[in-house]
Amino acid sequence: MKYIDEFRDGAAARGLARQIAQETRPDREYRLMEFCGGHTHAIYRYGVPDLLPPGVRMIHGPGCPVCVLPIGRLNMALELVARPQVTLCSYGDMLRVPGSGGQSLLKAKAAGADIRMIYSAADALTLAQRHPDREVVFFAIGFETTTPPTALVIQRAAELDLPNFSVFCNHVLTPAAIAHLLAAPEARALDTVPIDGFLGPAHVSVVIGSRPYEGFARDHRKPVVISGFEPLDVLQSILMLVRQLNEGRAEVENQYTRAVTRDGNLKAQRLMAEIFEPRPVFEWRGLGLVPHSALKIREPYARFDAECRFPLTYQAASEHRACQCGAILRGVKKPTDCKLFDTVCTPENPLGSCMVSSEGACAAYYRYGRYQGAA
Amino acid sequence: MSAPRTRRSFASPLDFASGRVELGHGSGGRAMVQLIDELFATAFRNPWLDQRNDQACLELPPGRVAMTTDSYVVSPLFFPGGDIGSLAVHGTVNDLAMAGARPLHLSAGFILEAGFPLADLQRIVASMAAAARAANVTIVTGDTKVVERGKGDGVFINTTGIGVIPDGVQLSGDRARPGDLILLSGSIGDHGMAVMSQRAGLEFETTLQSDSAALHELVAAMVAAAPGLRCLRDPTRGGLATTLNEIAVQSDVGMVLREAAIPIKLEVAAACELLGLDPLYVANEGKLVAICPPEDTERALAAMRVHPLGAAAAVIGTVREDPHHFVTMETTFGGNRLVDWLSGEQLPRIC
Repeated sequence: MKYIDEFRDGAAARGLARQIAQETRPDREYRLMEFCGGHTHAIYRYGVPDLLPPGVRMIHGPGCPVCVLPIGRLNMALELVARPQVTLCSYGDMLRVPGSGGQSLLKAKAAGADIRMIYSAADALTLAQRHPDREVVFFAIGFETTTPPTALVIQRAAELDLPNFSVFCNHVLTPAAIAHLLAAPEARALDTVPIDGFLGPAHVSVVIGSRPYEGFARDHRKPVVISGFEPLDVLQSILMLVRQLNEGRAEVENQYTRAVTRDGNLKAQRLMAEIFEPRPVFEWRGLGLVPHSALKIREPYARFDAECRFPLTYQAASEHRACQCGAILRGVKKPTDCKLFDTVCTPENPLGSCMVSSEGACAAYYRYGRYQGAA
Repeated sequence: MSAPRTRRSFASPLDFASGRVELGHGSGGRAMVQLIDELFATAFRNPWLDQRNDQACLELPPGRVAMTTDSYVVSPLFFPGGDIGSLAVHGTVNDLAMAGARPLHLSAGFILEAGFPLADLQRIVASMAAAARAANVTIVTGDTKVVERGKGDGVFINTTGIGVIPDGVQLSGDRARPGDLILLSGSIGDHGMAVMSQRAGLEFETTLQSDSAALHELVAAMVAAAPGLRCLRDPTRGGLATTLNEIAVQSDVGMVLREAAIPIKLEVAAACELLGLDPLYVANEGKLVAICPPEDTERALAAMRVHPLGAAAAVIGTVREDPHHFVTMETTFGGNRLVDWLSGEQLPRIC
């Protein structure tokens, strides 16, 4: 495929791998977190770790929107679909995630609930227009990448004055999560964060730009390289991080220049600001309560807010006691350090957040990497 | 074609232009007999059906008898390169062929939804009859049920097939041995992506066609050329990845694939890329995987490549010892990854 195969080229990969191996110092470790689930998935799918020298360790961050959505919020969606007049529209990989009592949207669908798998927020709007007798609710999840399309459909619904459309908003914010990771208890206690640098998100940064990461580089002395999602992007970004660390620099660099600018997509940012405002606090699965880390729909658009339209209440649900997702997401533990991994927690029966979507650290490792541990 | 011996005359013939399936077509009464006479028995015509008994009494050539059954619920019913009718023949013929059997006879059970257009049913039955004729199998017995409107999805078809395995042919999923080579008859994912391109809410324009085809002649050529063949399997639902994992478990082995060797059409790769799917898990209906000892591989491959359904055949990997039964793959990128069982349905990723 033109413009795709070029970014997956084996010969170029070997060249970059050689360079990384040459430039890494044997006396130190390079602990690099890829924030995004998209990177985690690419790293495992293409076997990137095999091309890295032993001193470079990738830590898989919390950038998987399905993984970080707390069970309590999913329970609210399940509560919504129990209403006979509701048609819930959801992105595909949310359907399988287990809520409380083993219930999931797929199971609710099998039991007769009207749940549609859609590919874009616009599909939900179209469905509402076509079925005026149904209460169509769009189950909006995701980082800044999927937020502008949600904002756009709310704006459009307002223009059309659609009476039967609303959004159950669960959009979360990347910079807030990174700030939370850097302030994690491990970091404060030991005065060292077990992360030396960040592979910055690709698509998220197309929207928000590279500027929001400058504070992390400056205040926490952590280099950030915004990286594309193709495996060669990842390798090149790792090389850039290695060089920054070797040279004692902590800057925001942009490897993904074909899509990301310093300021990002200003139009999308304005649209998001018009429709959404930050929530004071939001629970992340695996990370706990993170201040100013999620968005809610602003008051003028409240009639399109499913949380205003339907009497829904959020109740935090507890995780399995042995689950190590929090520590894994903060880079303190690896999937294989968790007793539940590949014993009772599997992609078929995910107990923790990192196992629920193929972009989650545990699921990606289970799916693509676990043969290494067994060998 | 002359009318079957027992054909009744009805007041007016079935209206295949604008008529619809009614509950009476499955009632066992006159309406059902008319549907069988004017549609099924005419399209599938053979001496067994003409006898109008509740069963077909068959005389089979010598050899072990292979038997298989499969139900077809594909949506949409018509897709580029085929429909539920041809699929119901090819799928069952292929399941027989994977044992090295010569497919002989099929049964056909139809579950029809009241209100389904007779014109569509006629098209499906005609396509089924054509596929059976081309594959040289006869549909010798059948059943028709009609369910109320809203309780089916137009048409479901079940076919059961029997065939005879020639003496000396011994193919089974538990016979793969370390050192064997893994052969694939052609490009993967064509069927799944052709069907998906037509799904409601997802229509995308593509020239892609389903690969739905009967593979028994290809198999016969392979078995003749490479008598040492260990195992054949058609990677249908769950795709190539699932099929190889099944064989690995059955044979108590592991496998290593080379990604660069696996043929994938550009359109399939592009559509998968767009939808976030992995072609290794996408269904095929006209491809087979063969496990072959190294000394027979060249001959098997040559036999495949001269057959139109195996023209793009390739060696895609090797069988190795592995108590964990892992199927791994050397990626074109230069790394390695596990090719795991599919967990749940393959759902598109969102970002």
